[in-house]
Amino acid sequence: MAITQSEILAVTGNEAVAEAMGQIDPDVVCAYPITPQTEVVQLYAQMVADGKVGTEFVTVESEHSAMSAVIGSAAGGARTMTATSSQGFALMWEVLFVAASYRLPVVMTTVNRALSGPINIHCDHSDTMGGRDTGWVQLYGENHQEAYDNCIQAVRIAEHLDVRLPVMHMYDGYVISGAIGPLQMLTKDQVQQFIGPYRPTNPMLDAKNPVTVGPFDGLHGWYFEHKVAQNRAMDRAFQVIQDVADEYAEISGRKYGLLETYQLEDAEIAIVVVGSTAGTTRMTVDKLRARGVKAGMVRVRAFRPFPHAAYAEALQHVKVVGVMDRADSFGAQGGPVFLEVRSALYDCDPRPQVLPFIYGLGGRDIYPDNIEQAFAELEKTAKSKKRASTERRYLNLRKD
Amino acid sequence: MATKTGAKKGEATPALTEIRWHGRGGQGAVTAAKMVAELALGEGKYFQAFPEYGPERSGAPIVAFTRVSDAPIQVYSGIEHPQIVVVLDSSLLKIVDVTKGAPDDVIVLVNSERTPAQLRKDSALKDGRLYTIAATRIAVETIKRPIPNTPMVGALTRITGLFDIDDVVTFLREDFGKKFPPKVVEGNIAAITRSYEEVQGE
Repeated sequence: MAITQSEILAVTGNEAVAEAMGQIDPDVVCAYPITPQTEVVQLYAQMVADGKVGTEFVTVESEHSAMSAVIGSAAGGARTMTATSSQGFALMWEVLFVAASYRLPVVMTTVNRALSGPINIHCDHSDTMGGRDTGWVQLYGENHQEAYDNCIQAVRIAEHLDVRLPVMHMYDGYVISGAIGPLQMLTKDQVQQFIGPYRPTNPMLDAKNPVTVGPFDGLHGWYFEHKVAQNRAMDRAFQVIQDVADEYAEISGRKYGLLETYQLEDAEIAIVVVGSTAGTTRMTVDKLRARGVKAGMVRVRAFRPFPHAAYAEALQHVKVVGVMDRADSFGAQGGPVFLEVRSALYDCDPRPQVLPFIYGLGGRDIYPDNIEQAFAELEKTAKSKKRASTERRYLNLRKD
Repeated sequence: MATKTGAKKGEATPALTEIRWHGRGGQGAVTAAKMVAELALGEGKYFQAFPEYGPERSGAPIVAFTRVSDAPIQVYSGIEHPQIVVVLDSSLLKIVDVTKGAPDDVIVLVNSERTPAQLRKDSALKDGRLYTIAATRIAVETIKRPIPNTPMVGALTRITGLFDIDDVVTFLREDFGKKFPPKVVEGNIAAITRSYEEVQGE
């Protein structure tokens, strides 16, 4: 198909995703309409009210109920979406597992924001990083354009018969969600053609083929086998995420993968990063390269499933890898991304050193200078004969 | 463009203009920051605009940022080293270090009835090129409301040369024309063109 691009629009990240949802035009959207909900749901409600989409829009009294209604709708056989953020995501917690175990291909936008307490509504990744073991596929976007692109691709990934898992896609709260940036949209026809009609598997509303969803499955049942099946679906998602991205590139011209590498081929030091901070990191890599420093970057796109082999392949030749986490796993050796990357590189020989950096919690800003400090630490470690300690390094931590 | 020289840090991106807006809640600083981004889009440039998020209280000091660039913008942090500082409320000069982190040749535009020389005499502003415009008075006289944001954009257009004033007027007529009645649109155009004419330098 020929690539046709819309003119560039100036929109917030939330507007970009609401537009994507409007073009997907799902059967049902169930959402909680009050803080900590984002503007995505408000904008979508407006589209419903204006008759621009055919969606049945269901508002509920809590985020727990939102996810429960999503499960009911999806089990019934409807293409179903929702959006959440921060505490709202936390309140959905127990039902997130249910959506995944029922193998419901739901798509959820999650705007990454901090969790209480202290009370803080700003950007970090604590909400969804805490939900990494719920059984959902997780895609993290960098900017407005990718938030839009990931939302559309998520539908295909979730509904693929090799996967049939719910997909959440993320972008940084405020930094992207509330900031104005550029967006190029596909046409609604292109999006509809890309996602195709929804074909539910074993829908409850198919009265001729009655099914039971969510029964008790106890000690002598198949619970364990269910969990293994979920994990196998995650394994198959690697290929599906890439295939969907490749197909999307054909209509959009924008290429995505499981991860994005930048200036990594001959890199001696590299940073692994999630979300909007990748932009600042890429810029810092350019600056260091101009000075002759062999710096590189990996940006995390798929975090669940986490493509360990791809990380090992991409980073095996690097001397020191710094992993930047915008969430912490208290009491663990480092943040969630650090733990994955360090584990992924364990079988490499020689084994790169991997250092944990924590940054940006509760919306603390991350400046180019902070990324340079992180690279300087990696450079120092690369030159030293001793292996560096793996204690956390904090970027832009207050000293007063 | 008079603004390419100031970048101390983050200079890896050429022709990147960074503007920091200081105002009080209700003065439309965020709207002005976004308007400049949309004007940049109209000129075929890359853009970014965002407020420093906090409690939205009328009258409380707020900060907003705009980046305009010839190349795609990758940095998303707040602006530490602005080449241009726009102050929508001169009372902020006493309580906020508006030129913090700015280079010596920063352009500072203040909403004030006074001349730059008078303003400099009793404020902490040391460096930079100072400009003033009576934006609140112009807003009251043209838009009939004391919201100084669009007049500030008119003055900014003049002193930075970022945009052509005719393009700004066209943008207002088209963009505001979709949202507001003709009287409001014409009031804003009058505010912008008057500020463009009346801004004072040192």
